[in-house]
Amino acid sequence: MSHIHDLGVIGGGVHGATVALFAARGGMDVALFERGPLCREASGVNAGTLTMQMTRVALIPYALEAHAMWASAGDWLGHDVGVVVCDGLSLAFTPAEAELLTFRAGKRREAGAPIEIVSGARAKEIEPGLSGQALIAGHCKVDGFANAYLTGLAFRAALIEAGVSLHENCPVAGVEREDGAFAIRTSQGVKRVRRIVLAGGVWIEPMLAWLGISLPIKTLINQLSVSERIAPVMRTVVGIANGLLSLKQYPHGTVVIGGGWQAVGDRERGGVELLPERLIGNMRLACHAIPALRQARMARAWAGLEAETRDALPAVGPLPGIADAYVCGSVHSGYTSGPYIARLLAEHILDREPAMPLFPIDRLLAPEGAGTTA
Amino acid sequence: MSGECDLIVIGAGPAGANAALVARQHGLRVVLIDEQPDAGGQVWRAPWPGLARDANAPEARDGDALRARLGASAVDCRFGRRVWSVTSGYRVDALGPDGNEAVCAPLLIAATGAHERVVPFPGWTLPGVIGLAAATVLLKSHLVLPGERVVVAGCGPLLAAVAAGIVKAGGEVVAIVDLAGPAEWLKAFPAMASRPRLLARGMGWALKLASKRVPVHFRYGIAAAEGEGQLERVRLVPVDEHGAPCAEPTLTLTSDALCIGHGLVPGAEITRLFRARHLYQPLRGGWVPELDGFGRTSVPGLLAIGDGAGLKGAAPAEIGGRIAGLAAAHDAGRLARDAFEQAAAPLLKQRENLAAFADASAGMMALRPAQVAAISPETIICRCEDVPRAEIDAAFAAGARDVNQLKHFTRCGMGPCQGRMCGDVAAQLLAAQVGSREAVGYWTGRPPLRPVGFEALIGSFSYDDIPIPKPAPL
Ligand SMILES: Cc1cc2nc3c(=O)[nH]c(=O)nc-3n(C[C@H](O)[C@H](O)[C@H](O)COP(=O)(O)OP(=O)(O)OC[C@H]3O[C@@H](n4cnc5c(N)ncnc54)[C@H](O)[C@@H]3O)c2cc1C
Ligand SMILES: Cc1cc2nc3c(=O)[nH]c(=O)nc-3n(C[C@H](O)[C@H](O)[C@H](O)COP(=O)(O)OP(=O)(O)OC[C@H]3O[C@@H](n4cnc5c(N)ncnc54)[C@H](O)[C@@H]3O)c2cc1C
Repeated sequence: MSHIHDLGVIGGGVHGATVALFAARGGMDVALFERGPLCREASGVNAGTLTMQMTRVALIPYALEAHAMWASAGDWLGHDVGVVVCDGLSLAFTPAEAELLTFRAGKRREAGAPIEIVSGARAKEIEPGLSGQALIAGHCKVDGFANAYLTGLAFRAALIEAGVSLHENCPVAGVEREDGAFAIRTSQGVKRVRRIVLAGGVWIEPMLAWLGISLPIKTLINQLSVSERIAPVMRTVVGIANGLLSLKQYPHGTVVIGGGWQAVGDRERGGVELLPERLIGNMRLACHAIPALRQARMARAWAGLEAETRDALPAVGPLPGIADAYVCGSVHSGYTSGPYIARLLAEHILDREPAMPLFPIDRLLAPEGAGTTA
Repeated sequence: MSGECDLIVIGAGPAGANAALVARQHGLRVVLIDEQPDAGGQVWRAPWPGLARDANAPEARDGDALRARLGASAVDCRFGRRVWSVTSGYRVDALGPDGNEAVCAPLLIAATGAHERVVPFPGWTLPGVIGLAAATVLLKSHLVLPGERVVVAGCGPLLAAVAAGIVKAGGEVVAIVDLAGPAEWLKAFPAMASRPRLLARGMGWALKLASKRVPVHFRYGIAAAEGEGQLERVRLVPVDEHGAPCAEPTLTLTSDALCIGHGLVPGAEITRLFRARHLYQPLRGGWVPELDGFGRTSVPGLLAIGDGAGLKGAAPAEIGGRIAGLAAAHDAGRLARDAFEQAAAPLLKQRENLAAFADASAGMMALRPAQVAAISPETIICRCEDVPRAEIDAAFAAGARDVNQLKHFTRCGMGPCQGRMCGDVAAQLLAAQVGSREAVGYWTGRPPLRPVGFEALIGSFSYDDIPIPKPAPL
């Protein structure tokens, strides 16, 4: 009889890697299966913004905890992901945006995010790089960013140190229930585990289908671009009221421009094509906020895949009707909140009471016998 | 620049310009785009507008002839435009004098040429050290000498071409330093002799250099380029038949310019962008798109020709361009199958006849893995991001197994050259540890194809014109 791990995690993004890390530190014998190298999908190519001003209201309490985790990544992760904690500004350029901002910032403040509405002039004091065209801004001291492309390097070392058996470049083709265990069919043979976590990002839909669960997951194809290194033009994280801009300058001088403008692609092929008008639109927005950016050149653009459930809230918790099986993903602004929410799931699996509730998927599943929708 | 046409050709070198002309002859509406101010590509570069030219130089003659043919044709030439985005459809976006411009066509030919490879050594980033191919640009296009006392080093036919160009322009060549030895040249010679005109030019270069008593150091490489803030000295080291140093540095030359190059790498950015199938072919310079005999890639409607699709040199690039022009005409429904095959047959034959020569000269410029293996740990590999070899080895130790992961771990290839300078050598260093070039792969193709300025790209706009999508959910 082959070795049976206590826990098998499928998918090595920030969610899967965090569950694996804390479960292993909690004493479990954990195996992690990742199709490619660790954190090379959403978790390695995202904009790295650690902000409350783009986080969904329901996730603010989680995001605040997660922000504290990122800010102390050296302590629990033990490896550098280039986290910078700084002020964040969400701008409103038009009266309609000002209204939207005031409303949204108010809701987020009620949920615990320390966001203050400030005048355009005050915003420019906080961020001298601003164009001065903002009417008002949401100002949050809990903001910042990480260097997402270092995520895999950092988690890889941490997981190995924690004793996780790491299977990179090891796609999983399916999972079968066997008495008291799960058989995971991988490219490196069948592996057996007692409990299983499906943490496949946008691929949790096909993963859940292995176990007969149908959970529709929308795939967002987010576009990002980056400038070459330039002299400092800004020192905060800058966004706009509707969330469609995220902008910050890394210590090495590059400026990353994002905000969820959509590219072409899908789950099967990935982000295949970036649309030039949208790159230009996103860039215009960025230069409208930080005019000195105009002098820079675009060095590169890319796209990554982000998962969204029907209600745009996470799919994190036990699978209904299947003992010892869990899902972990589809967290909006999941790079920010991922480590905390995934750690909560690890605690649940370790039979400890999580400090905040999980997000079980029962709410999203069609009731037994309901017709399928087209 | 906007609107529709039947075919877009990117790159107006020997390959692209000929493809455009042939397709146009068969009635296609062709748009030909190049970032240079005029056609000619790398080999037939025109001198910068306003500079005097030597109309009798063979390259100038060939280039002028090509430019004249284009001028007399109805090919829609759009020069001075840098293509930064190509999307399906095909839509090509280029940055020109009037900002961003887009054009669409169902067929696209990528003829973007090659870029040069410099295998790093200590001091290669010092001012005064330039690429061998770059030196041809200085000489042909800008009519400028690289320095006063120039060392010309590296491998392949460009060595003699550059040295002779410097001598002809009145400069001093301190020495030619060739990784190859007379034996390799003799081995390549029978194949070279199949192109009498080029052989004669080679002999001409040799004579010119001999008459100036330019010393040639065969089987030598560059151990280091040294100087305070700029190049002052070049240290030479004997190398073995694989290009790896095999003794202590022996010679030091005083020099203010070093032109050095170790071959060329195909710039297959567009075929990568479309995820066409690629093969690793060291003789063709590295990763090249898989092609049928006519230039078609594995992606429908996308053709790739010239040195960007695999190094063969200028003459095969011209012929390959004509063949692809016919293929485009056929695929656009303007040339019946029989007529296409009939027209292509003699061209295919001509190209076949050039193969031995092309292989011989490409062979002399191919990457020498042993030379890469011998790079010292402190030597910078990625000059944009200051990544030394030791960091690439450390990334392997930390688990990097493919080049894109290497990039994440080290920033190697993330700078403004987008990995063009370091990519081939970085991949080779990783491949030596992982096992093969196939296993480590190549950088993912992404826009912009070349860096482009935000200011030019965004133009003037009003905030209300920005098509801002629907807000994200609260
Ligand atoms: C471009 C972009 C920008 C973003 N910007 C931000 C931001 O600024 N701030 C923020 O908070 N959030 C941001 N996000 C969201 C955030 O990146 C994601 O929410 C988060 O990274 C998701 O992590 P994950 O682990 O669920 O998914 P992923 O990181 O996608 O990981 C899933 C993993 O599962 C693996 N997998 C799939 N199928 C299999 C299989 N069959 N076998 C084995 N493994 C498999 C995949 O290879 C992948 O590595 C952004 C997202 C994108 C795409
Ligand atoms: C710097 C350099 C110098 C060389 N000098 C010589 C020489 O002296 N003698 C010799 O025999 N061979 C030389 N070569 C080899 C040369 O590549 C071939 O001999 C020949 O020029 C190949 O023809 P081609 O049409 O494939 O490509 P090229 O002649 O390289 O033409 C490609 C064209 O595409 C254009 N282009 C590429 N990307 C874009 C873009 N994104 N937007 C717009 N335009 C674009 C370029 O401006 C260029 O004009 C040189 C190569 C290089 C790189």
